[in-house]
Amino acid sequence: MHRTGELYGQFQTLEQQKESATLGMWVFLITEILFFGGLFLAYTVNRHAFPTAFGVGGNMLDLNLGFFNTIVLIASSFTMAMSVWSAQTSRRKAVPAWLIATLLLGSAFLGIKVVEYKQKFDHHLIPGHNFDVTYCSRNQVACGLGDKEFADEQKEIREGIEAEKAPRMSEEEATVALNAHAQLYFSLYFGMTGLHALHMVIGAGLLLWLIFEGFKGRFDANYNTPVENIGLYWHFVDIVWIFLFPLLYLINRHLA
Amino acid sequence: MSEHQEHIVSPKIYLTILIVLLIGTGATVYAAKIDLGRWNIVLALTIAVTKMTLVILFFMHGKYSARRTKLIIASGFFWLAIMLVLTLADYTTRHAEPSRSQLAPVRKLEPQPGAPLSA
Repeated sequence: MHRTGELYGQFQTLEQQKESATLGMWVFLITEILFFGGLFLAYTVNRHAFPTAFGVGGNMLDLNLGFFNTIVLIASSFTMAMSVWSAQTSRRKAVPAWLIATLLLGSAFLGIKVVEYKQKFDHHLIPGHNFDVTYCSRNQVACGLGDKEFADEQKEIREGIEAEKAPRMSEEEATVALNAHAQLYFSLYFGMTGLHALHMVIGAGLLLWLIFEGFKGRFDANYNTPVENIGLYWHFVDIVWIFLFPLLYLINRHLA
Repeated sequence: MSEHQEHIVSPKIYLTILIVLLIGTGATVYAAKIDLGRWNIVLALTIAVTKMTLVILFFMHGKYSARRTKLIIASGFFWLAIMLVLTLADYTTRHAEPSRSQLAPVRKLEPQPGAPLSA
């Protein structure tokens, strides 16, 4: 374990030692890119097959919360970058301060995610036995919809069912098809945002450790590899969300 | 052996990137509400890729890292491209049953007696 940034035997210089740490972190992040890449691929293939149901599902997400969360996460990337800068310029007191800001923004993101998940739970949009994509088009009060929102919801479901209709398919069969395909969308929604949220939780744990060590004044111009590398991880998680937000929330907003 | 000197990115650059990223976020929401047909997704992904590039180059110091690190970063996206392109080359050129149900013009036709089922 590097305690103060001394040079280890296998390296010639401190720069080389630091560069190796950065390189190693990037190799790890590449495995993460491919990990999430598989889910993005599953999303693409299924959206290609069921564009209507994915559009219906996407419009059921709360755009305002998703938009706000994107801003929160981008801001947290900025505060993370500032903590790296503080360490690099030996501003020892500023390091934990920026890290705390990052942790607070990250926690805000997760808190808003909880609110969104709860809303989906109330609207019967959790994949499983009680999944019912038409629920809010039949239960105005339970979904807390205004008259116009409720009418839009019904129109959306109506059009979704029409689009699902294959030759000689009954109304019920088309509804079942829409429900099944929308459930696929929500499975991907929860899978992808859930895995992203798990990464945020792990990142928050790492931040807690950094804050603890930062208060001891451990990170400065001479030694800041943990801040730098956990920063890389945090920015990576931000990048995943940069793609999740338009793909999950904005698919069909122009038709809504 | 020439060694790479640590480059410190100034807060001014970080702040500029933050502002550009926020503008990009606003732009992607605005663009999504305009009907551009199939170009909606192209525009959304272009904005997302631009935002990602800025995060990698500046927040993650990609622009200032050693050439070896740059090569590793590029190789990661190269492998991702292999996975996406080869898989989609298969899926998008097959006519599996689920895709067929989405072909709007075809399914409106009622099959004529004696005619083959597929139009």
